[in-house]
Amino acid sequence: MAETLIDVNEVSKVYHRGNMEIPVLEELILSVDEGDFLALMGPSGSGKTTLLNLIGGLDQPSHGSITIGDEHIDQLSQGQLANWRSRNVGFVFQFYNLLPVLTAQKNVELPLLLTNLSTAERKKRAQAALAVVGLEDRSNHRPSELSGGQEQRVAIARAIVSDPALLVCDEPTGDLDRATADEILELLQVLNKEYGKTIVMVTHDPKAAEFANRSLHLDKGRLASAEAA
Amino acid sequence: MKYAGLIWGALYRKPVRSALTLASLFIAFLLFGLLHSVSVAFSQGISFSGVDRLIVAPKYSIIDDIPLSYSRQIKSVDGVELIAHQSWFGGTYQDNKQFFPRWPVPPKEFMEVYPELMMPDEQREAFINTRTGAIIGKDLAESYGLKVGDKIPLIADIWVNKDNGPWIFDLVGIFEAGDDSISIDQMFMNYAFFDEYRQDSQGGVGTFVIRISDPDRTAAIAAEIDAMFANSADETKTTTEKAYNQMFANQIGDIAFIMTGILSAVFFTILLLTGNTMSQAIRERIPELAILKTIGFTNISVLFIVLAESLLIALVGCIPGLVIAHLLIPGLAGAAPFFEAVEITPTIYLQGIGLALLLGILVGLPPALRAMRLNIVDALGEHAT
Repeated sequence: MAETLIDVNEVSKVYHRGNMEIPVLEELILSVDEGDFLALMGPSGSGKTTLLNLIGGLDQPSHGSITIGDEHIDQLSQGQLANWRSRNVGFVFQFYNLLPVLTAQKNVELPLLLTNLSTAERKKRAQAALAVVGLEDRSNHRPSELSGGQEQRVAIARAIVSDPALLVCDEPTGDLDRATADEILELLQVLNKEYGKTIVMVTHDPKAAEFANRSLHLDKGRLASAEAA
Repeated sequence: MKYAGLIWGALYRKPVRSALTLASLFIAFLLFGLLHSVSVAFSQGISFSGVDRLIVAPKYSIIDDIPLSYSRQIKSVDGVELIAHQSWFGGTYQDNKQFFPRWPVPPKEFMEVYPELMMPDEQREAFINTRTGAIIGKDLAESYGLKVGDKIPLIADIWVNKDNGPWIFDLVGIFEAGDDSISIDQMFMNYAFFDEYRQDSQGGVGTFVIRISDPDRTAAIAAEIDAMFANSADETKTTTEKAYNQMFANQIGDIAFIMTGILSAVFFTILLLTGNTMSQAIRERIPELAILKTIGFTNISVLFIVLAESLLIALVGCIPGLVIAHLLIPGLAGAAPFFEAVEITPTIYLQGIGLALLLGILVGLPPALRAMRLNIVDALGEHAT
């Protein structure tokens, strides 16, 4: 039986805009096992990206606790969170967010700059990650020389290069055509099934959610329903 | 060094903008190299000691001569202890880029008036007793690799000798200065040989230098000397050595003030332009900086990267500017002989680099702090549609 990797316990998140309080998540409880592939769905403003940011350690809850593995990430300082993210989480975004002045290889190497690996070892690992996403022959191309699908593959290679247990993906196919989107989702499936990565993916697209093991629907900051794939 | 690729990448992000920014910095530091080295050249050799020494100079123009025969009359004035004189030789050593001041002086008297000229006794004696003898400062000896016993040929430009050939002097001494009242990058040669061998103007000197017994009587002695030669063909103007130097210093001060003003205006403009460019560049890169933070770069790392980019741009603009200024100066000397005395010293390089670092910090710190404080969620949210 798989162990729990993500434990979101009665988490609330309130944003402040001037004097206004905007509640986004309310006492949300969620558990994700190691090796799971979870799709978070829901209308705009339902809180799914906020939940993803909290799980990824980009933001901290107003109330409640979040445990990833053995780490209570809601109790970490900003600096500790940064270190924790570098070791434990890979991020994939809708708009790829690659650095335009760096080649694919150098973009993938970015997370490894935070390690003590040698230049040669960083290069070797970046090449390996690019090989996983099928882009080893495009390593010297800059993002402007790649298609959208290829850019997203580079972003995925960057997310997995430091071998994190958890991948958080925010609308990873939102900027892609159907066929390319399916290729990216198949790649995420491979990372989940063959490399054992736990994936939490936010999507609006029901077809994309079908690639996940299960889907959860959020509405107004609460879990509305769950579906198994 | 791990971040070198990231930092260098900043230069290639917007090539045209980077090129224009670098060009403006290049021009600023080219101007700094040229103007600051000119300012330094003006300031060299100016000192304010010698309150007990007076300078007796031609009243109307420093290019006039004063008769050497005045020496006896000046020495007769009560309170005058010692008297010497010096004249501007000019001339060329090796080529016209090798510039340093050369002065024919009466060796014994001159060294008495300037006891701060320090040399071994045997060199002192040799200077006094060698008609073709010359002494040079330690700095010059080191610059040209000269040693006692060498011959120093000079081509005349003012004082042509009777053979219409080069002046050959024997280097008999290398002096140091006991204080900063006398520069050690100049040459003194025996006046007797100079005066005898030149084609004309025998018996004339540039200025007299006198040492007085009582500095409190400076005004009275100066007035007495000038009164002695009033209404003669060669009237004099006597001032303290300090005042004489101060006169030059005031002129130099004006030049230095103008140059400092120009440089300040240039750098203030560059500060605003580059600061604006850096701020704009960072605003455009907020999503990228947010990504760096997302994947684990700490706030301090991001601060360092942005600040390093700013310093890099400042240095990449600065160093070529200084080097080109260095290379331009010999060419300028061909057009304006004044530049023969101008050089970009290691100190000017260091000052330029220091200025570039300061500029880089002033320009880079505000956007670096902004990048450091960047909230990842807000920054990524701004980028999302």
